[in-house]
Amino acid sequence: MVKITWISLVASFVVYTVFINVLCHNKTPTPLTKEINQGWEIWQNKNCQACHQLYGLGGYMGPDLTNSTSKVDVAYIKAVIKSGTSRMPNFNLSNKEIEKVVAFLKWVDKSGHSAVDFKNVHWTGTYIID
Amino acid sequence: MDKLERNYTRFAFILLLFSLVLGVITAFSFIFHEHVKDYLPLQQLRPMHVSAALFWIISGASLNIFLHNQKDKTIPKNALSIRNVSIVLWQISIVVIFIHYIFKQFGGREYWEFPGWISLLLLLCWIGFCSYYFLFWKNEPNKRPQYIIMWGTGMLFFLITFIEQNLWQITWFRESFLQEVTIQWKANGSMVGAWNQMIYGTSLYLMVQISGKKEIAFDKKSIVFYFLGFTNLLFNWGHHIYNLPTNNWMRHVAYAISMTEWILLINIIQGFKKTLSETLRFKQLISYRFLIASEFWVFLNLILALFMSIPAINRYTHGTHVTVAHAMGTTIGINSMILLGSFAYLLKIDNIQMKQKKLFHAGFIIIQVSLVIFWLSLIAAGVFSAYEQTHLGIKTYASIIPSVVTSLYVFATAGLFMLIGFAIIIPYFFKGISKSK
Repeated sequence: MVKITWISLVASFVVYTVFINVLCHNKTPTPLTKEINQGWEIWQNKNCQACHQLYGLGGYMGPDLTNSTSKVDVAYIKAVIKSGTSRMPNFNLSNKEIEKVVAFLKWVDKSGHSAVDFKNVHWTGTYIID
Repeated sequence: MDKLERNYTRFAFILLLFSLVLGVITAFSFIFHEHVKDYLPLQQLRPMHVSAALFWIISGASLNIFLHNQKDKTIPKNALSIRNVSIVLWQISIVVIFIHYIFKQFGGREYWEFPGWISLLLLLCWIGFCSYYFLFWKNEPNKRPQYIIMWGTGMLFFLITFIEQNLWQITWFRESFLQEVTIQWKANGSMVGAWNQMIYGTSLYLMVQISGKKEIAFDKKSIVFYFLGFTNLLFNWGHHIYNLPTNNWMRHVAYAISMTEWILLINIIQGFKKTLSETLRFKQLISYRFLIASEFWVFLNLILALFMSIPAINRYTHGTHVTVAHAMGTTIGINSMILLGSFAYLLKIDNIQMKQKKLFHAGFIIIQVSLVIFWLSLIAAGVFSAYEQTHLGIKTYASIIPSVVTSLYVFATAGLFMLIGFAIIIPYFFKGISKSK
């Protein structure tokens, strides 16, 4: 009985994992281009996630940047990356590299909204995100 | 313990010390970042602190399994060679990770922020650890004690989730940001469940050894709770991604599974009386005190986790210091307490002189009190920022900082006291390692 329960749970885990990989989206994702991928690599190599969040995941030193490109002027974002701020160091990125990071942030922005609107909270306590 | 095991134990304790010192520096650097950002940047300190803490827990968990499991058993020679090579390579890989951090060479994902190729070394080591463990498993009689099953489950699922966590290195998994983040947090969430299986297995093993009641590891209740924990390992990671605009059914599944943890909470409350009578019987044992401390932290963190698992509440707490409180409360209060209890048992810390015991006890009390303050101040910081960010809709991060800064001062100071407490007790473990020939 113990063995059967164990095997059934693991089998459900495998099926669930496949399902998540294939069916996790609620809309068609924007394709990943070479420039976006390179921007993502810079984000990773400079460890931006230590201070910034995407969808609330990451560090708390700086703001969540999920929807930064649609809420803040892109020129301002580029200036901040270029020179740093009182709390953010200057990473000495070239203009080309900054363009790539911004392309990555725009791509993330298109994937959805990070904040859940109050109207999406269902009476059971869960969210219904359109 | 042989020489290699002694050195691996020392290595694990050095990682613990590193994580504590770096944690305190990171906490103060977070508050005074304007002044130290060029010398002590958070993007460098945070991964160093987090990796030291993670590897202390994972190394400590594997070490305890090796040491407890091989007691009174003959070790197959080939298994020992595989294990020894893996232990050496594991330690080298961790040192390589820190060298990369020192030179600001990052590259991985959240919590594993080192260049991706090092994951391959860690993976090889873990395969070696698993081979060693499962060679023992084969020799076990048909009716295995529950802790043997928990150790095996933890080791196997750490391997699976570690591979899953590294799937981002294959382009297909990066083609959608939502998919990548979902898989990352699925793997990370389940990985915590995996090392919890290893550590709770050790806790159960210790309970059997201290009380002398072998039947604890075979009773039906422990099997039921093993399956409850296992189900949570497999499916209860969803609260990390509630805010992601994924398909709604994923959130509903995660919410439903996480609510099964109420059963655990009710069981803890029902068992309080029994725990209290056992505490009176074994309170003189240092290892037992650590186990009792871990039970207290399980209780507190479970309440917090249950609230965070309700999406309507998670909407406020997500991305705030409440999440940090939960992570710190779990890694320090539960994981580290069980590991220290187990090491205290293995290294016979109870045999120290009465005068030293009093000092050790003082260190233990300092850790517990400062950890409570540390934990509460993080929750307070989280609640303040949640109120301002979600309720008042203040999105400028600089506007939120003044309201949380007092809580952060308390948090950093409590962290410093916690470091002092650990600095009092850790030398006894180092002495114990040297004596354990």
